Amino acid sequence: MDNIREAILTTIEKNSRIDLNELAIRLGTDEVSVANALESMESEGIICGYHTMIDWDKTSIDKVSALIEVRVTPQREEGFDRIAERIYNYPEVTSVYLISGGYDLLVSLEGKSLKEVSQFVSEKLSTLDTVISTATHFILKRYKDHGTIMNTRTEDGREKVSP
Amino acid sequence: MRNQLSDTIVNIKPSGIRKFFDIVAEMNDPEVISLGVGEPDFDTPWHIRDEGIYSLEKGRTFYTSNSGLMELRTEICNYLERRFDLHYDPRKQTLITVGGSEAIDIGLRALINPGDEVIIPQPCYVSYEPCAILTGAKPVIVNLKAENEFRLTAEELEEAITPRTKLVILPFPNNPTGAIMEREDLEAISRVIIEHDLMVMSDEIYAELTYKGKHVSIAQIPGMQERTLLINGFSKAYAMTGWRLGYVCGPADIIEQMTKIHQFAIMCAPTTSQYAAVEALKNGDDDVEEMRRAYDQRRRYLIHEFRDIGMDCFEPFGAFYVFPSIQRFGMTSDEFATRLLKEQKLAVVPGTAFGECGEGFLRISYAYSIESLKKAMGRIREFVKTL
Repeated sequence: MDNIREAILTTIEKNSRIDLNELAIRLGTDEVSVANALESMESEGIICGYHTMIDWDKTSIDKVSALIEVRVTPQREEGFDRIAERIYNYPEVTSVYLISGGYDLLVSLEGKSLKEVSQFVSEKLSTLDTVISTATHFILKRYKDHGTIMNTRTEDGREKVSP
Repeated sequence: MRNQLSDTIVNIKPSGIRKFFDIVAEMNDPEVISLGVGEPDFDTPWHIRDEGIYSLEKGRTFYTSNSGLMELRTEICNYLERRFDLHYDPRKQTLITVGGSEAIDIGLRALINPGDEVIIPQPCYVSYEPCAILTGAKPVIVNLKAENEFRLTAEELEEAITPRTKLVILPFPNNPTGAIMEREDLEAISRVIIEHDLMVMSDEIYAELTYKGKHVSIAQIPGMQERTLLINGFSKAYAMTGWRLGYVCGPADIIEQMTKIHQFAIMCAPTTSQYAAVEALKNGDDDVEEMRRAYDQRRRYLIHEFRDIGMDCFEPFGAFYVFPSIQRFGMTSDEFATRLLKEQKLAVVPGTAFGECGEGFLRISYAYSIESLKKAMGRIREFVKTL
């Protein structure tokens, strides 16, 4: 991948709202080149979306998140893909990873309450044919997410003027 | 009571930075923002801090050898080899110091006999001239020019040389101008230095922060390594200013004498910092590159902003400073900086803090987040509108 594309990606990964003109200035190129690079990376599926990090705990909206370890029986010809698809199509599922180690799929889930999440696991997930077992871990506190430390200090500890 | 003070120290002017710092401190206004710092805004990368903590947990709280941990000196020599193809002996040609600043001080003390002349190109970092004066040297100032992008030319150097010249200070990449010296610039001055049999003290503390190809050390120029004291450290590259750790590499006989001064004055550099620095050199290359890229984006943004506002600014390719001209406003640097502080609550450092030839310029640091830079540039824009 050429430098400009890599530089765009590493910059917008931290701030996708950046103004195109500003991005061009910062990368030493012009706005048209940045727009073209973005468009082609979108159509190539390199850029898959532009999301916002929200600390829901600071709002009045109730959200409960859980990580669920799922052990499954892989199916002939389909491997894990088919069962993964059956899981990720649920809108309450926010991510699904096939992983190495003691279990197969790591599913993250968002719901309004403990009850809602538990219901999903017991009624939807566990009852799938190929699922052997599940272990649900509720998230109690989010310290860091997507590279961002929550509740981090922002003040500048340096002297205001120094040599 | 009789006068208790040394005439030499009393006659040295306090740093121009200090004066401006006092004005800002006196205002004590939380609304004041600053582009006036000379240190990175990044925290020291965590794996480096963690190594410092670990060394404390293990009880590594004793003096190290005077020269510094052998492991650290070896890593420094590996680094210089890997980055700049320079070969130094970690046993005899390397000394760990308390920041690059100590290396400047003891280097001058090891080289200078009273009356020797030391060539100092300005604008430059504030400590060379006073440290030279303390050794009894006669500082000879070369006023670098904006039209040369504040590089030292062979002609300027030649003009400053007299039979008493002993040492040339070479502060590139430069604080406060952001100027660099490229290979051909270094080759040109090296011919003069060799012809007149001079020594060079090359302060390369910003070596990792260049934005136009890799930094070249004067020690890489054929015939120069044996007449160069190469000073570097961890403050700028690894964002480790508060750890106070630097080093100097050079000819064994000079390092031996410097080690004597260091041994009597300092004993050894801080042990915790030395352990952390080993980790920095072993596993810190990616951190340095990530910070360098961030600085580069901010640098481009600032140059664009200054030109957009209509302030002349040559493109600096090193350190984390831009050095815009304010000559068209008909004010001194001091007046401009003072009014900017009082009227827009933005602290910057007048160019004159780094030598008289800094008159007509400001030092603007970009060791700040893009968001802070935007806010500050908005204030400069507002201020310039009122002129």
